[in-house]
Amino acid sequence: MKTFPIGGVHPSDNKKWSCAKAIEVLALPDVVNIPLGQHIGAPATAKVAKGDKVLTGQLIAEATGFMSANIHSPISGTVTAVDMQPNGQGLRQMMITIKREGDEWMPEIDRSTEVKRECELDSAAIIAKIKDAGIVGMGGATFPTHVKLSIPNGCKAEFLIINGVECEPYLTSDHRTMLERGEELLVGVEILKKALGVEKAIIGVENNKPDAIANLNKIIAEKKFPIVVEPLKVQYPQGGEKQLIAAITGRQVPPPPGLPIHVGAVVCNASTAVAVYEAVQKNKPLIERVVTVTGKAVKEPRNLLTRMGTPIATLLEMAGGLPEGEVKVVNGGPMMGRVMVNVDSPVTKGCSGITVFSGEDVRRVPTSECIKCAKCVAACPMGLEPYLLQRLAAKQMWEEMEAERIPDCIECGCCQYTCPAGIALLDYVRLGKQTVMGIIRARAAAAAAAKK
Amino acid sequence: MANKFIVATAPHMHNPHSTQSLMRDVILALLPALGLSVAVYGLSVLYVTAIAVVSCVLVEYLIQKFLFKGAPTICNLSAVVTGMLLAFNLPSNIPWWIIVIGAVVAIGVAKMTFGGLGHNPFNPALVGRVFLLIAYPVQMTSFPQPVGDEYVDAFAGATPLAALKSHAIEVGDVNLLNMFAGIMPGSMGEIAAAALLVGGLYMLWRRVITWHIPVAVLGSMAVFAFIVALTQGGGELLYAMPAFHLLAGGAMLGAIFMATDYVTSPMTPKGMIIYGIGIGVITMIIRLWGAYPEGMSFAILLMNAVTPLINKYVKPRRFGVTTAKK
Repeated sequence: MKTFPIGGVHPSDNKKWSCAKAIEVLALPDVVNIPLGQHIGAPATAKVAKGDKVLTGQLIAEATGFMSANIHSPISGTVTAVDMQPNGQGLRQMMITIKREGDEWMPEIDRSTEVKRECELDSAAIIAKIKDAGIVGMGGATFPTHVKLSIPNGCKAEFLIINGVECEPYLTSDHRTMLERGEELLVGVEILKKALGVEKAIIGVENNKPDAIANLNKIIAEKKFPIVVEPLKVQYPQGGEKQLIAAITGRQVPPPPGLPIHVGAVVCNASTAVAVYEAVQKNKPLIERVVTVTGKAVKEPRNLLTRMGTPIATLLEMAGGLPEGEVKVVNGGPMMGRVMVNVDSPVTKGCSGITVFSGEDVRRVPTSECIKCAKCVAACPMGLEPYLLQRLAAKQMWEEMEAERIPDCIECGCCQYTCPAGIALLDYVRLGKQTVMGIIRARAAAAAAAKK
Repeated sequence: MANKFIVATAPHMHNPHSTQSLMRDVILALLPALGLSVAVYGLSVLYVTAIAVVSCVLVEYLIQKFLFKGAPTICNLSAVVTGMLLAFNLPSNIPWWIIVIGAVVAIGVAKMTFGGLGHNPFNPALVGRVFLLIAYPVQMTSFPQPVGDEYVDAFAGATPLAALKSHAIEVGDVNLLNMFAGIMPGSMGEIAAAALLVGGLYMLWRRVITWHIPVAVLGSMAVFAFIVALTQGGGELLYAMPAFHLLAGGAMLGAIFMATDYVTSPMTPKGMIIYGIGIGVITMIIRLWGAYPEGMSFAILLMNAVTPLINKYVKPRRFGVTTAKK
């Protein structure tokens, strides 16, 4: 069975808490907060003001330039504020607040559940529709999908890879989506293929989801989809774009600034494919997503179909509330998710799950001296030496860090996960990466200025 | 909400391994060899091991407390491992005060002088052993007879390697099966090839070590011995010579437990293989043409010295540099 070539770790997947829970539709929220910046790139520009009436699915903020994404109202009601509100990390961010009145949808949105397979649109029209619908990568990276589908000059897409790996422990939203919305997903893949003009599409799924693999294969056989499902050996971080491409095709994306398209690959998340289906076939913008609420001490782990902007506290209540005492509430999974201090903050496009830690799991393990066991070197999927990068970062030796190819780091956390001495390797590596990237950008800017 | 929110950056999960658990696994992996050694040499083995472990732990505790004035570090069990490995490198009839001196050199000089665990350039147990070998050569090289030994006449208390060096025996005279089972004179822990292999497999299974160093050390020794056997006429020697050298002396103990010491071995798989081959080749050169019958300790210490250089120049395979397959 295939997997990626270098490094990786095997954290216990902890999917059992929520993987058998069917997707439930969460009751409509009374108030939503919609951040304007919930994707990679420029924050969207608000198109509504206080007092405006909006319908479900109505455009409320427009993409600012190419590298940005539209945002639509997830409910119908009245805009009560467009102002700075604290996000999950407690930082203030521009958000649109809408108070719900009823549930009225934009008339052009097709809300029937019947699967519509035929798509007559050409590539440009599909990409335009995806851009209009504000679709971004739903695995957590929130990269605008229309940008991904717009192939740069001189490059050619050879295959579409659908990321159904969900290698983050605990999370099951993609798993449930593949099980319950398989046909829509496959139609979405066909549409993406058409948008890219590629013949080959491969869905990568880790082998700890045999039911999802079987379900997709069954639909592919019955409904004759020219799509392949590739079961992959369970190993983190297989859902990393570069790792997934290497696992499936054997091709390695060149080091930065290399992109997946340089080896002919475009990768989209499984849930994103469903969103593409809804956008193109049903005119439905990205206003809801499946969010896993899980954790060892969570009473009722669930997979909830949630409107964007719903307070995370509402989801936690549905899952039986937070456990007693110290907690760590993570937006995303345990390996790469971001800790929240403000659970009143909203669900956004990239929120695939809320993972709750309690008891002894909230604290980091105690730190001791590095014993040079080389486990971090063996675990690094990019072939870096985290122990060395940590030391260099601690000494602020940025040039040496660049020579040790710090920009390659994908911040997957394998090094820190595996360190027996409990050293916060990734903290230092991240600091070093940010600093070195800043230096590289400054150098490029200076060079550009000198040319003029 | 009455909850206290804990904030940290990702990752939020951690491997169950800790320094202490890794050291505990090494100790467990050493137990079969200890048991076999007791069977061969009797209870004095336990006595020597106990003295070595207690003195190593005590020396580390005292230095940490009174010189470094830091939190105790003995809980990471690395001093216990050093104590056991030091004991495994001693004859079972060695006087207790020599063991204590060995422990002071191993922990006090080779480890704590450099700042303690993680900072020592040389394997502490081996520094202790080599110090004792040079300071007390007689006590360090007179081995008691194994219990129930049937072929002692040929050896008369010398290790097979020493007997070979003094031309008391030839490679072909030796019962390889006895050597594999540990029925031969030698240091307490190094005689039991079978038990050491079991310990090595346990460490591989628990992912304490990787295969690179042991395989590189033993593989290069076997190849070296095979080539030498070829130049000496071949025949039976072609298998007897490699087998003899892998089973004799500190080959197994060194390759599996001493060369794999985390702190003093390279960080990358490629580096580990270079380091392992270096150890294997130097060991064979000393054994065949050097003044000492056994060269494993010296070879490991020499390669320990090269480790920083290997770490500097041998880098792991970078993701993305292999050109795409067409």
